[in-house]
Amino acid sequence: MADQLDLLWPVLIPIMTAALAACFWYNIKAQRIISFIGLVLLFAASVKLTMTVVEHGVIAKQFGGWAPPFGISFVADPLAAALVAITGLLALTVGIFGFYDVRARHERAGFYPLFHGMITGVNGAFLTGDAFNLYVWFEVMLVTSLGLLVISRSREQLDGTIKYGILNLFGTILFLIGLALLYGATGTLNMADLARVLPGMTMTPGLMTAAMLFLAAFAIKAGLFPLFFWLPASYHTATFAVGAIFAGLLTKVGVYATFRTFTLLFLIEGDTLRYVFTFIAAMTMITGVFGAAVQWNIRRILSFHIISQIGYMLMGLAIATPIAWAGAAFYIIHHIIVKANLFLLAGAIRAAGGSDDLRKTGGLLKSHPWLAVLFLIPALSLAGLPPLSGFWAKFLVIDASLRAEYYGLAAVALVVGVLTLFSMMKIWMEAFWKASPVKPSRRRYVPVAFIIPIVMLGAVTMTIGLFAEPFVTFARDAGEVLVDPPLYIAPVFGAEAAAEAGALISGEAIEADIIENGAAEGVEEEVR
Amino acid sequence: MRSIILVASTRIFFIAMVVVSLWILLRGHNEPGGGFIGGLMGAAAFATLAFAAGVDDARKMLRIHPAVLMGVGLVLAAVSGLPGVFLNGSYLQHQWLEVPLGLFDLKLGTTLVFDIGVYFVVIGGVLSFMFRLYEEDQG
Repeated sequence: MADQLDLLWPVLIPIMTAALAACFWYNIKAQRIISFIGLVLLFAASVKLTMTVVEHGVIAKQFGGWAPPFGISFVADPLAAALVAITGLLALTVGIFGFYDVRARHERAGFYPLFHGMITGVNGAFLTGDAFNLYVWFEVMLVTSLGLLVISRSREQLDGTIKYGILNLFGTILFLIGLALLYGATGTLNMADLARVLPGMTMTPGLMTAAMLFLAAFAIKAGLFPLFFWLPASYHTATFAVGAIFAGLLTKVGVYATFRTFTLLFLIEGDTLRYVFTFIAAMTMITGVFGAAVQWNIRRILSFHIISQIGYMLMGLAIATPIAWAGAAFYIIHHIIVKANLFLLAGAIRAAGGSDDLRKTGGLLKSHPWLAVLFLIPALSLAGLPPLSGFWAKFLVIDASLRAEYYGLAAVALVVGVLTLFSMMKIWMEAFWKASPVKPSRRRYVPVAFIIPIVMLGAVTMTIGLFAEPFVTFARDAGEVLVDPPLYIAPVFGAEAAAEAGALISGEAIEADIIENGAAEGVEEEVR
Repeated sequence: MRSIILVASTRIFFIAMVVVSLWILLRGHNEPGGGFIGGLMGAAAFATLAFAAGVDDARKMLRIHPAVLMGVGLVLAAVSGLPGVFLNGSYLQHQWLEVPLGLFDLKLGTTLVFDIGVYFVVIGGVLSFMFRLYEEDQG
């Protein structure tokens, strides 16, 4: 079956790459070759997966051949598939960037096995259909990312890593406790199975606690207000390649997990959960953007912007209408590309100007005019200016919030957008426009290995911005699956079970194409 | 400080622990044991050696870098799932081969390859940090 191989490769390829790279521990050259081949294969496999999902809709597979909910479920819905594709793209571009950025001592310290190990964790988390396996993939991601973060073994990195490590470990523990409570209440941790069982259960205090523990755990992972402090304390200490892949992917895994949990397992209905999410979203946007205002290190500024941008995604989740979720899906995809690109550009600015502290650099417009242009693409996209991808992302989310009459949230989003623009202009003015405070001793060159990935990611941003329609359509499809849990259940348990669950969730008639045996009518009556 | 009694007895203990760890690895399919527990015992054997005779001796005994061992184990474990893809269409669905040996049938399966892989990963994983910690200690 072709479907199942498509699901397998995005996880198996990075595992094999990491393992083979570790086998050649003393042969750095072989590791480099293995790593690059792995990255190209991974990119191809992840694009293939996305194409399959576009063609066939949600696909699922039980590895090991055991029937669900006992087997190892892997499920790819449009959102997960798109995230896997972006991960493939990002890994490839950061890999190219790393040709120059990754030093020999990093390679000797095991950069390649760790890097591919982290990609394994990220892809695993996106594709898994089992809440406990999600925890396992989180751990894989955490262990390898700790290694990557501390790879230079400097005092500064150790400091950042400890802050990152302790809060994230705490998050995984909360997640594990939540899982235990959930398992105690439902007897299953397969996500599709949970989606089938949970709508029929009353919200006991135990279940409510589990939901809140999940929220807290993912809030730490995603950098939501008020649990984001580890993020700006650690990301700027990483090497540039590592920083870019962290900024692009890691928090988004947390966002994805939040989406999966609160669209599939615990539904956002009624006001309590909605208020909580609306409040967190608004506060995340605001604190992130104000935190950025007082920073001078480029990557610290960008780190705070990750937080404020994640507020927008959560805003989409909080509004909880199909268009809002579609907008949020679009936002996540746009954000990963733009943010990673900006972190790579911070590396390029450092190479061109000698420092990533804005007070110590400047005058790059004269010496590297093309770099100024390349910076403007993701920077303006982040701020949400047309015709770049960020404009559509913000437009979709804010439009959805206006339609659902969340005027306050829309206002916050608009103001934060303006402040983001201010922040991006600050970087641009300081790094490129103003005269350099120090006399450059020599002409500095930006290596080609830095330029290629920046141009690639910039091109993707432009493409999404100029030809937004297919991407918006895709995001709508992703939103539809989020809205309609039976679409997620059907590939795992079959159409009949999905129809039953659909009846439980809505208590109404279900779409005819899911029902095959007319069994749903009977179930509906039972429910009533 | 080296204790002669400890060093001498470790030689015996080391062999005994490795043998037992292998036995636990192999009995693991139907009885308590398997790659993970066996691997922990194997790692404990090397850790004991490193503790008594020094990390250099233990590294020499292992011959390869712990990270390489991890890599090899991961490759074995990942590859063990592939036959299932082509024979049953499901990754990690394990395949069995029964070899009649007169008195009893020897059951060989891809799970064994998986377990050996886990065994290596655990030994490599534990030792890669254990050796570093002991080195720190022994200066």
